[in-house]
Amino acid sequence: MPINYYIFLALALFCIGIIGVLTRRNAIIIFMCIELMLNAANLLLVAFSKMHVDVNQPTAGSDAQIFVFFIMVVAAAEVSVGLAIIVMLYRNIHSVDVNFLNRLKN
Amino acid sequence: MSNTLQIVWLIPFLPLIGFLVNGLGRKQLSKTLVGIIGSGVILASFLISVFVFLQVKNGNTAVVNYFDFINTASLKVGFNFQIDQLSSIFLLIITGIGFLIHVYSTSYMHEEDSKDFAKFFAYLNLFIFSMLLLVMGGNYIIMFIGWEGVGLCSYLLIGFWFKDANNTAAANKAFIMNRIGDFGFLLAVFWLIAKLGTTDYHAVFENVSKLSATDITGITMLLFLGAIGKSAQIPLYTWLPDAMAGPTPVSALIHAATMVTAGIYMIARSNILFTMAPATQALIAVIGLATAVVAATIALKQNDIKKVLAYSTVSQLGYMFLGLGVGAYTGAVFHVMTHAFFKALLFLGAGSVIHAMGGEQDMRKMGGLKKYMGITHITFLLGCLAIAGMPPFSGFFSKDEILAAAFTKNPIYWGVGVLTAFMTAFYMFRLYGMTFLGKFRGTHDQEHHLHESPLAITIPLIILAILAFVGGWVGIPEVFMHGGHRLEAFLEPIFAQSNILVATLGEKQELSHTTEYALMATSVIGALIALLYAANKFSKYQASTQEETGIGRVLANKWYVDEIYDAVIVKPLKSFSGFLNNIIEKKAIDGFVNGVGRAVNYGSRQIRLLQTGQVSAYMLLMVVAILILFIIQLFL
Repeated sequence: MPINYYIFLALALFCIGIIGVLTRRNAIIIFMCIELMLNAANLLLVAFSKMHVDVNQPTAGSDAQIFVFFIMVVAAAEVSVGLAIIVMLYRNIHSVDVNFLNRLKN
Repeated sequence: MSNTLQIVWLIPFLPLIGFLVNGLGRKQLSKTLVGIIGSGVILASFLISVFVFLQVKNGNTAVVNYFDFINTASLKVGFNFQIDQLSSIFLLIITGIGFLIHVYSTSYMHEEDSKDFAKFFAYLNLFIFSMLLLVMGGNYIIMFIGWEGVGLCSYLLIGFWFKDANNTAAANKAFIMNRIGDFGFLLAVFWLIAKLGTTDYHAVFENVSKLSATDITGITMLLFLGAIGKSAQIPLYTWLPDAMAGPTPVSALIHAATMVTAGIYMIARSNILFTMAPATQALIAVIGLATAVVAATIALKQNDIKKVLAYSTVSQLGYMFLGLGVGAYTGAVFHVMTHAFFKALLFLGAGSVIHAMGGEQDMRKMGGLKKYMGITHITFLLGCLAIAGMPPFSGFFSKDEILAAAFTKNPIYWGVGVLTAFMTAFYMFRLYGMTFLGKFRGTHDQEHHLHESPLAITIPLIILAILAFVGGWVGIPEVFMHGGHRLEAFLEPIFAQSNILVATLGEKQELSHTTEYALMATSVIGALIALLYAANKFSKYQASTQEETGIGRVLANKWYVDEIYDAVIVKPLKSFSGFLNNIIEKKAIDGFVNGVGRAVNYGSRQIRLLQTGQVSAYMLLMVVAILILFIIQLFL
């Protein structure tokens, strides 16, 4: 498959993620959209890594895959912190709607 | 270095220790202890100075280097002391007379609180320290440290009785006027550094030929400006008479014997620079002469005993500058020395009189003190004779030398100088007559109180009187005794470079012996007539209520110089500062500062609207910002 397909898919996922973050009000969905964006980036990395595979150079492109693992680790850590925040949010204002989070206004 | 001169650091160091001990221990130490410490350190310095002088006399001169004071790539200034003929003479004068005045002060200041008493001695010691630094320094930077130090001490001591606003005003005046001169001195030093890259005397004087004529004239003019401020010459002399607000020993030590001669020392030290700048020399001679005459005329009509002496100091300093200006460097240094003797004597005598009169300084209320104060009277009379230039007193020799040199240069200088000498004789014996002769004009209480001063006061007077009497004998002119001018022979190495230069230019003329006798006879006979007339006239002085008229009134008001300065400089300066304060400061600067504050306030109030508190709004802003960065990255 040509690389274009992967790029378009990743772009589409990323845009969906951005739009989701900007438009949705539910904190959990916003969170999922962020994950979507991260994974769009992961997808691109893997795709380009695959594209650069070379029989003469067995290590070519492998650093991108390592990068992907790092992103996954960071994302997992982020999820745990983020979910904890959301739990606290719910306990305080009994909602996960980010529009209620406007106490820093002005 | 095994040179015995290595120990000279002790000379300024001891007074510094005295300053620290007396200054820090002023609450604990008793008056006796303070007096012993204060005078003792100076005595020790004096003894070392005598030792150094003997070494120098045997030809052992040196520049003693201790450490690097400033060390940068392009400029290196060592902390070094130059010990040679000139500085050793000044060391003797400063520590010797300084010691006598310290002893005198232990009695004179005895009525002060023990705290103030210690403070006074601490200041005096600090002054001696600064003055020693000034004359011992081996380069202009070290000299400048001392130069500033003596200015500071003079400020502190003039304002010693600072509870009286007049005294603080006088202290400020002295300090500010000195600052004007210091500014010139600093510029001259910078100029030297820019052109020669050094301030060491040796290096400067050896490389003097590398300087262009403009450089030398500029540098010497600026140095002379420094000397004008420090040594109270026209136009900056008005601080010295006001400085009499300080305690009398201070007037004697700082404002007569030592500090005010710093300018003369500096010019004598830099004599080769000045010899190479005839324009500056001419200016020095004219300013010195003008100061001598103007101050002498003012002294004719003053009624405050210390004011008369102050103006006479200004006038004598003018003489010294005349000597420097006509190239008689030895004469000027000689006059510094003799003047230090007799002027310290006169001031201390005046202090003794004031002490006896219970603080009264107005001569119109004195008179007839001869009966009550035998020692003060005799010593004071000797001092008056010395300053009036009567042979064989010291003043005669030094004054005669300067006048003879002035005659060689230009007979008009001599004429004015001699006229001044007559006036000097006149006002000194007016002072003498009004104070010691005739009948007592004060109140009954004061008359009852009159007494001779204690030993701590009279002994310094006696020693100084002896010095004022014999001090001139080290410089007996050639006409009287061949090789009689031992001072000139002693100082010869200092002025050798200048003398050679003058000799090559062929400007040096010798006076014939008959001319010299004639000149001396004129000045002595004139002064004798003036002093006899004055002593006779003012011994019969009666206080009159009649207002002074005409020229007398102008003189009594000191030529209105203070008033003129006030109108020309102080008032416009005050209104200008008023303008700066009201318009520039309040409107422009404050307006700008407040404006900045207001602008920031307004701007932040507008930007605050962006902070909606909505998470999605922040996200949107972030995305937009990232997009903008992308676009910049891609297309620009």
